[in-house]
Amino acid sequence: MKKSVILGAMTVAGLAAGAASAATLDDVQARGTLNCGVTTGVPGFGEPDADGVWQGFDVAVCRAVAAAVLGDGDAVEFVPTTGKTRFTALASGEIDMLARNTTWTFSRDVDLKFEFVGVNYYDGQGFMVPSDLGVTSAADLDGATVCIQTGTTTELNLADYFRANGITYEPVPVETGSEATQLFLAGSCDVYTTDRSALAAQRANFPTPSDYMVLPEVVSKEPLGPLVRHGDSDWGDIVRWTLNALITAEELGVTSENIEELSGGSSNPEVERLVGSAGTLGEMLGLDAEWAKRAIMVGGNYGEIFASNIGEDTNIGLARGLNAQWTDGGLLYSPPFR
Amino acid sequence: MSTLSDPGTGNEGFHIGKLLSDTRYRSYTLQFITLLALIFGLSYLVNNLLTNLSEAGLNISWDFLGEPAGYDINQRPIEYDSQSTHARASIVGAINTLIVAFLACISATLIGVVAGVLRLSNNWLVSKMMAFYVEAFRNVPVLIWILIIFLAMSGALPQPRDFRGEVPEATMLFDMIAFTNRGVYIPSFVNDGAAAVVFWGVLVASLVGVFAYRRYATKLLFDTGRLLPMGWPSVAILIVPGLLAFFILGRPVGLESPELKGFNFTGGIHLRLSLIALWFALAIYTGAFIAENVRAGIQAISKGQTEAAASLGLRPGRIMNLVVLPQALRVIIPPLISQYLNITKNSSLAIAVGYMDITGTLGGITLNQTGRAIECILLLMLFYLIVSLTISSVMNVYNNSVKLKER
Repeated sequence: MKKSVILGAMTVAGLAAGAASAATLDDVQARGTLNCGVTTGVPGFGEPDADGVWQGFDVAVCRAVAAAVLGDGDAVEFVPTTGKTRFTALASGEIDMLARNTTWTFSRDVDLKFEFVGVNYYDGQGFMVPSDLGVTSAADLDGATVCIQTGTTTELNLADYFRANGITYEPVPVETGSEATQLFLAGSCDVYTTDRSALAAQRANFPTPSDYMVLPEVVSKEPLGPLVRHGDSDWGDIVRWTLNALITAEELGVTSENIEELSGGSSNPEVERLVGSAGTLGEMLGLDAEWAKRAIMVGGNYGEIFASNIGEDTNIGLARGLNAQWTDGGLLYSPPFR
Repeated sequence: MSTLSDPGTGNEGFHIGKLLSDTRYRSYTLQFITLLALIFGLSYLVNNLLTNLSEAGLNISWDFLGEPAGYDINQRPIEYDSQSTHARASIVGAINTLIVAFLACISATLIGVVAGVLRLSNNWLVSKMMAFYVEAFRNVPVLIWILIIFLAMSGALPQPRDFRGEVPEATMLFDMIAFTNRGVYIPSFVNDGAAAVVFWGVLVASLVGVFAYRRYATKLLFDTGRLLPMGWPSVAILIVPGLLAFFILGRPVGLESPELKGFNFTGGIHLRLSLIALWFALAIYTGAFIAENVRAGIQAISKGQTEAAASLGLRPGRIMNLVVLPQALRVIIPPLISQYLNITKNSSLAIAVGYMDITGTLGGITLNQTGRAIECILLLMLFYLIVSLTISSVMNVYNNSVKLKER
């Protein structure tokens, strides 16, 4: 036993050594690229396009941060992570931030020592079934075989939901979303469960999406957002306020198209502070005055990013719903830029 | 005197330079220095780890093992639900690891011995087929084999609902076994009270009886030269008492066939796709290595042994069983131990197909949900270490029993 402890200690020694380094901002600027953890591929949220360029809703957050910090939205090293590897990658310092539809939970925030900087997508867990299965509600799923991505909160929600409803199921754990859809399409499982946004995204890529339906039940709250390590609050602030800049920009009507014009002069003082033509917000973050302007120019404000990646005009076809601005009855509410 | 620079006379007195210059002390000095360096290096690493962990605000704690796991496991050899503890989930995983390792070790040995013997066959086709098997299977990584079997079965076999309807697309074999892309459903035994216990007791007793009879017959042959028939009495001892007991006790043991109910088959035993893929892949992959061990073992036996046995009038089958294989075992067993250890350790590839072994529960979901990576990995290492050492000590006992008895 003693020997194995020592060997284990050696194995993780290198891992832990990275975690202790502070000042992520300095590291990123010295390196010239931002290491951003993303999914291994969820259409609309994070996936390389036909040219191998990463695109998506979560990817846009990485690019915005890279633009704010390094002045170049393409200066990002995307690190694909699975549900299991993502936290180790972040804790070890392999990645500077994680933008990978990760649910903000108490234990991840407090026990795993991560800092969730906000919510960029309010989601809930749902179920997808083949239409001809004859199931209209999740309560009919007694005895069903359920494909599930292992290492996610969905695994725990699923156990809780079936237990609360007194019905049984057969879990089939799989590593990635693409494996899960493969098994689901082959009929190796009756049901595929994950966040409803991801269900919609993956259904859009099926050969015949109309043969499959998402059941109406939403069995959990899944606030998804980017996160960083504990211990470097300055870096956390940068990522948090970059996300808030995107959200505020939409609220104030600042888009990637009119931002040049608005930075020349605006009647709204908050817009001026946001784009850096007034105030010293950038300086307080340790960045220059135009950090938020660059972040917004990369992919547009929150609304533009949503519309171009997962909005109703894309083949993912998600409505804004809970993810509308608070002024439109949604939950998006950025603290003021002041 | 074994040393070259022996000082000859021993009354020169000791001085510190002798620690290096005198060969009597030099090796001790060097070993002592190495030991110090090792201790220093290791304690630096451990200290570094602990410092970094505490700087990151992490601590080593085993409390998570007592908390509810919160997730479900599909293959549960013991009672388990999502409210059970992480420790129990780990035990379920450990048992699942042992199940697949046991099945794969048995099958790999059978496959390996048959393929190894047949590879030396005089029949050109048979020996070439076995050579092809060995080369094809041991030269492709086992992970690929696991995935191939899993994907082929999930893609090619029918879904459970194909068994439904007036004219079903798929039917069960003998109305008892259902091959689906969720696994194979086979009948299970239904035991009916005390009578069933008696029945199983009779079966075990007759199995023991067979061995006892064969031992007696062999002893009789060696002692007196009288040859008792082996074949039909063995079969009779094995079957007749069981059959009698079965009918006298009024059929206490029945078969429960799987039945399609709701989404899935219920009843019977469900051999999940993940178990089958892992089991078969480990068995055929490791079987190829064992075949080579067996071939090497057989070829290590001098040809004179075979010729001598043939000149005594033994038939080829008996030469193999009575003369060659018993001697070959001495060469075969040691590498076989390594293959068993390989199977056990390779079973951790289970995660590729979602088989919930200990790497999937303790090293997978528990690690992920609790974030206790160091603790989980240490426990995993301890588990595999214990299992491997147990296998290897048991096999060493067997090896000692077959090795050449020197007098």
